[in-house]
Amino acid sequence: MDILEKVTNSDYKYGFYTNIESDKAPVGLNEDIIRFISAKKEEPEWMLEWRLDAFRNWLKMTEPEWAHVKYTKPNYQDICYYSAPKPKKTIDSLDEVDPELLKTFEKLGISIDEQKRLSGVAVDIVVDSVSVKTTFREKLAEMGIIFCSISDAVREYPELVKKYLGTVVPKSDNFFAALNSAVFTDGSFCYIPKGVRCPMELSTYFRINESGTGQFERTLVIADEGSYVSYLEGCTAPMRDENQLHAAVVELVALDNAEIKYSTVQNWYPGDKEGKGGVFNFVTKRGICERNAKISWTQVETGSAVTWKYPSCILKGDNSIGEFYSVAVTNNYQQADTGTKMIHLGRNTKSTIISKGICAGKSEGSYRGLVKIGPRAQNARNFSQCDSLLMGDACGSHTFPYIEIKNKTAKVEHEATTSKIGEDQLFYCNQRGIPTEEAIALIVNGYCKDVLNQLPMEFAVEAQKLLEVSLEGSVG
Amino acid sequence: MLKIKNLHASIDGNDILRGINLEVKPGEVHAIMGPNGSGKSTLSAVIAGREDYEITEGSIEFAGEDIMELSPEERSHMGLFLSFQYPVEIPGVSVTNFLKTAINESRKGRGQEPMPAKDMLKKMREVMAVLEMDKSFMSRSINEGFSGGEKKRNEIFQMAMLEPKLAILDETDSGLDIDALRIVSNGVNKLRSEKNAFIVITHYQRLLDYIVPDFVHVLHKGKIIKSGGKELALELESKGYDWLKQEATV
Repeated sequence: MDILEKVTNSDYKYGFYTNIESDKAPVGLNEDIIRFISAKKEEPEWMLEWRLDAFRNWLKMTEPEWAHVKYTKPNYQDICYYSAPKPKKTIDSLDEVDPELLKTFEKLGISIDEQKRLSGVAVDIVVDSVSVKTTFREKLAEMGIIFCSISDAVREYPELVKKYLGTVVPKSDNFFAALNSAVFTDGSFCYIPKGVRCPMELSTYFRINESGTGQFERTLVIADEGSYVSYLEGCTAPMRDENQLHAAVVELVALDNAEIKYSTVQNWYPGDKEGKGGVFNFVTKRGICERNAKISWTQVETGSAVTWKYPSCILKGDNSIGEFYSVAVTNNYQQADTGTKMIHLGRNTKSTIISKGICAGKSEGSYRGLVKIGPRAQNARNFSQCDSLLMGDACGSHTFPYIEIKNKTAKVEHEATTSKIGEDQLFYCNQRGIPTEEAIALIVNGYCKDVLNQLPMEFAVEAQKLLEVSLEGSVG
Repeated sequence: MLKIKNLHASIDGNDILRGINLEVKPGEVHAIMGPNGSGKSTLSAVIAGREDYEITEGSIEFAGEDIMELSPEERSHMGLFLSFQYPVEIPGVSVTNFLKTAINESRKGRGQEPMPAKDMLKKMREVMAVLEMDKSFMSRSINEGFSGGEKKRNEIFQMAMLEPKLAILDETDSGLDIDALRIVSNGVNKLRSEKNAFIVITHYQRLLDYIVPDFVHVLHKGKIIKSGGKELALELESKGYDWLKQEATV
């Protein structure tokens, strides 16, 4: 068992800090801070009222403790809720973007230039709290597709925002969602008109830069009847000793016959080898499917010190489909409590859950999932498969499946396996000339194949590399 | 090519090998026979470098080098191949992907450039034709859901692709029906040359009808108790092992 016991040596590749003078709100949280944020963003009155209402709700709520994670609760009065890179002037083209910021993007490996244009990715980049530049906006506009920052959307498309914001994740849904509703600073907004198939992958990169800032993005994706969109989200954060808070809300609305594919590669700073620092990732993601609509969540989670995240589908319309494909990697002292909720309300609704957990070091990984079949959901179907792969014997993996069935015609299947990367597998690979490190990458990628296959090509390659980096040195 | 001198090895304090002496020269095929528990599989694992075993005495030289301190992959890069008695499953990793990784890691280990994909595919097709394997094999997860025969064929397939100097076939015949045995043996025979060598570990004479050995050794209680030509295998087939065991204890 020797080789499996050695602890990781890998360093966080994305730990660097960009020095841009930022425009910060005073530390702390009260109604004045919310007014400050709202004013900074030049929001209409209704938006401010919405925020204040969420804040008042939040004050009455308590932080949830049911997740299988241990951490010191953040002091919410110690956080700076608004930090924007100081704009020199309004940004119209990339030439005007702060060169320091462009360098940051370069380090992240995001090119906002011709390369991406060729590969057909439109990127909305959020650094700390403000969306800097949305590429492709004009090109998409020709098809009636709106892809912009949520702040712009509040100002420019208030009717759409008003109609859908908070309809999938109500502002008092849970502690973190309420907090987000009160103080969200930016995020992406996307609207695909009726019958339009979005011709490119839409992509957002999130990154936490300032120390002591929380990032509270808000994403709203609306796919109108018969439309299709594939949305990608990637996240990184610089290395810091203190814990950074990230509490995002993502709402997806798939109207009749629409399809949304939402893919995430999350690589927030996980903390160092002793478990110091790292991002607290407390995220609420939920989508609603109307008739014949489909929502797929695909996530590859390798980062964050603590993850609390359950991308869910409300299958409201008849014949609607929900899917959840997840790879969650924890190493060192990382903790993840993640899974999904599939709420079947309509007839003939179907859901698939494929969850692959990988635990190394002294980490704890949990799958927590709810499959709920409502009384009206005739012939609802669910298939869940939850696998865990353990590396070494100091880590822990847990599965918490919840099933609630209120209709006798439902068919719900649940499969779960736990395995270890075996000495036999490693020796077999070694004998064929494959060194242990490469053998692990091979075995892990094979194990995650069903999920990685769901990612768009370009993203899948990145995700594969990320898996290798996060498990580097976890054995041998 | 391979020189084993007075090799003693143990696992968890139990002595399994108790003084093996064996020399294999290029172009030779050696058969190692013996009853269950005589140490046949241990011998192959120790030569391949499995860490679970402790070598307490003796030496192993391969291609003129002492390999006892080398890792299994380094031994593999030198041209040592072990066909496993029980090949493991690696879910989600296709035969093609696995072989590509194995071949290119081996080349890297020897300071060579990766093999061009075109050449690799061409070679795979040729070898698969010899082993009468279906194309669908290439995209299947390695050994997952393979029948016993398919697993063994896959081992020989990999061997042919990696072109080792010395291949150890650990009970390759177990789990094979007579047709598969013929195909696998045919594959091995095609690879035989003046430059490489084989050690064939088996319980039964049957395999040796197809892969004709130059030498036969009988292993018992961790020692080679008798060596001879191919006729020794026939003698064992008719007389069993008991007469040798008695001879050995006398």
